[in-house]
Amino acid sequence: MIGTCSAVSCAVAPVAAAPVAALADAGAMAATDIARQVGEGCRTVPLAGHVGFDSLPDQLVNKSVSQGFSFNILCVGETGLGKSTLMDTLFNTKFEGEPATHTQPGVQLRSNTYDLQESNVGLKLTIVSTVGFGDQINKEDSYKPIVEFIDAQFEAYLQEELKIRRVLHAYHDSRIHACLYFIAPTGHSLKSLDLVTMKKLDSKVNIIPIIAKSDAISKSELTKFKIKITSELVSNGVQIYQFPTDDESVAEINGTMNAHLPFAVIGSTEELKIGNKMMKARQYPWGTVQVENEAHCDFVKLREMLIRVNMEDLREQTHSRHYELYRRCKLEEMGFKDTDPDSKPFSLQETYEAKRNEFLGELQKKEEEMRQMFVQRVKEKEAELKEAEKELHEKFDRLKKLHQDEKKKLEDKKKCLDDEVNAFKQRKTAAELLQSQGSQAGGSQTLKRDKEKKKAPHHPTQAGSVAGSCCKLPNCMVKGAMFSGLL
Amino acid sequence: MSKGLPEARTDAAMSELVPEPRPKPAVPMKPVSINSSLLGYIGIDTIIEQMRKKTMKTGFDFNIMVVGQSGLGKSTLVNTLFKSQVSRKASSWNREEKIPKTVEIKAIGHVIEEGGVKMKLTVIDTPGFGDQINNENCWEPIEKYINEQYEKFLKEEVNIARKKRIPDTRVHCCLYFISPTGHSLRPLDLEFMRHLSKVVNIIPVIAKADTMTLEEKSEFKQRVRKELEVNGIEFYPQKEFDEDLEDKTENDKIRQESMPFAVVGSDKEYQVNGKRVLGRKTPWGIIEVENLNHCEFALLRDFVIRTHLQDLKEVTHNIHYETYRAKRLNDNGGLPPGEGLLGTVLPPVPATPCPTAE
Repeated sequence: MIGTCSAVSCAVAPVAAAPVAALADAGAMAATDIARQVGEGCRTVPLAGHVGFDSLPDQLVNKSVSQGFSFNILCVGETGLGKSTLMDTLFNTKFEGEPATHTQPGVQLRSNTYDLQESNVGLKLTIVSTVGFGDQINKEDSYKPIVEFIDAQFEAYLQEELKIRRVLHAYHDSRIHACLYFIAPTGHSLKSLDLVTMKKLDSKVNIIPIIAKSDAISKSELTKFKIKITSELVSNGVQIYQFPTDDESVAEINGTMNAHLPFAVIGSTEELKIGNKMMKARQYPWGTVQVENEAHCDFVKLREMLIRVNMEDLREQTHSRHYELYRRCKLEEMGFKDTDPDSKPFSLQETYEAKRNEFLGELQKKEEEMRQMFVQRVKEKEAELKEAEKELHEKFDRLKKLHQDEKKKLEDKKKCLDDEVNAFKQRKTAAELLQSQGSQAGGSQTLKRDKEKKKAPHHPTQAGSVAGSCCKLPNCMVKGAMFSGLL
Repeated sequence: MSKGLPEARTDAAMSELVPEPRPKPAVPMKPVSINSSLLGYIGIDTIIEQMRKKTMKTGFDFNIMVVGQSGLGKSTLVNTLFKSQVSRKASSWNREEKIPKTVEIKAIGHVIEEGGVKMKLTVIDTPGFGDQINNENCWEPIEKYINEQYEKFLKEEVNIARKKRIPDTRVHCCLYFISPTGHSLRPLDLEFMRHLSKVVNIIPVIAKADTMTLEEKSEFKQRVRKELEVNGIEFYPQKEFDEDLEDKTENDKIRQESMPFAVVGSDKEYQVNGKRVLGRKTPWGIIEVENLNHCEFALLRDFVIRTHLQDLKEVTHNIHYETYRAKRLNDNGGLPPGEGLLGTVLPPVPATPCPTAE
């Protein structure tokens, strides 16, 4: 690879392979940054031999290949327009997913990441699809989840970039590089939902509008439809992605493609035998629509533009234009400014630190509050417990009192009983005396027997002699006499 | 195919109807591997071509610094490396110019083009290094310069309205010239390399290697390698930054056998065996610069330019610059180092390094 060694004049940025055009041709080629720097006063020197740094792009590319690329596509469109099918067709594979229903309560985004490998190039492809877009009755807020999602990816990247210890070169870039906007093939014009959504998205992402299910439109209607759409987009100031025309190797093809926007596509994963080849196609009673036939639809053009020609440019536009815009707005919003050269350095830092302190202060306040709450709760609980304790004490006292009362009553009763027993005993001794006096003839045996008999209790009877009527036992007439005498 | 989890996962992953105070970044599902060669050609590998075209258009920057005592052939070597007069030789200076009292830093930029690739090459010369009687701290101006470049880049990066392509003046590579004494490294060499190996990629080079025989050369190289290892000095390619096995084996070979490169520089051509070659003519023969049997210049050139040029830039950007940035943002504890909203004076960029994290 012995390159052409050329001496370059200061003011000119010559075309890559062409030999020296020493004339000041500054207007022709868009000035590269080198030219700008050259203009700042560097000499250009001729090389006397082959040095070898023309392998630099190869070195760069090899490094990128080993790191892998990532590419993220967002598909926005109403349910049933064939988004998933188109993705399947574009990447020649069947990605997962059941078709969405029309009954979603709001717009959601479904994202999937796939690792594709082709020769030595590894691509991390992320496909994000809207679910439920255009199905609600009130569609005013339909665009919001989409915008929020895109912003979230930018935010994640910004956070990583602002970190103190960051690993940007190994960061998985999740920012959306291309947004395919699916337009319903009505044949008339854009829906107002489409216009509103595209207007909101055009400053955040590269929009590529496509007409979905375009086999529903005839050729003549299609051209009219395309013209109508482009004019509507222009009149509403929607900026769609224009394929870059500054690099002359792709300027021509990109230029023609720009004229074909929006692409009318058809997606199909079914393969049918046409002629003697298997091709992706859709079969109708009246004929077969071939997906990869340029006369039938613009699918091939879309694939060329999206993947084979401009993938890198899409990535770069996302990073250098959309992301920078987001970053600028976000930082200004957060209060950073590049006011004047003096306060430029690290005013970012200062505000950052101020915010950090603020945040810490808030945290502390919250902690205090929580502590207060905790203390209060404890107090309340304590009071409750005290109440309960008091109640229990009272109850206990009451019960005790009751208990004592009962006890007293029982003791009284017992006393009564004892008194009675004593009285009875006295009467008994008195009666025995009488008996012993009265019936000494009865003999001491009878007395003894009677004494023994007296030990067995008899219920006392009222006053009055009840001879032998108190109990049925023999010899009871004696007791009866005694009882009557005693009472 | 990915196992598509139903709604639960989508709810968790994406923002929904209910607006959240801060949109949480969506976590993509675990990637599923699909070998697309089975499925028909998609065209993903064209991205290589696209990337190449883009980089050719924007051009490259490369900044190389040469450090060493005067008379070691620094300028000649750089001119030989890039086959052009990118460095003005000291001998062409006015004889009356004295050796500078302190180390000066002179950066001269040139644009060279080859094979459609445009490169802005900046050669940073350090006249006065190691030339005084008292050479204490003579590496400080150099360190300061390197840090200043990092500072410049950081300032640009932190701006709100950033340039599309930040001009890169950071030193990507520092060639340190070792005097061919044949004994060992001088204390000055060790000190310099110790201080600077942490902020810039150092490639030690044995200058004027035509004063040593082959055995002397290999012994000297071994001794130098040993001394560097004993002192814990990591020159480029650093062991810790080897990414995969392939890199490691390749770099190990270079580290343990070829480095430091013993080079001879010349910009004069002579006729040898019918070919015109760059060389030095002596009474006992012509030393061919690009002959691998005579000296290792070709190895150095291939190493720096043809294989590791991009890697030098990447290590500078991803590692040295990031270290500097992290240190800078941490040290200030967030407080502005100078003119903030309070109007205090900006203190100078640190010349002496704060202890690095590792």
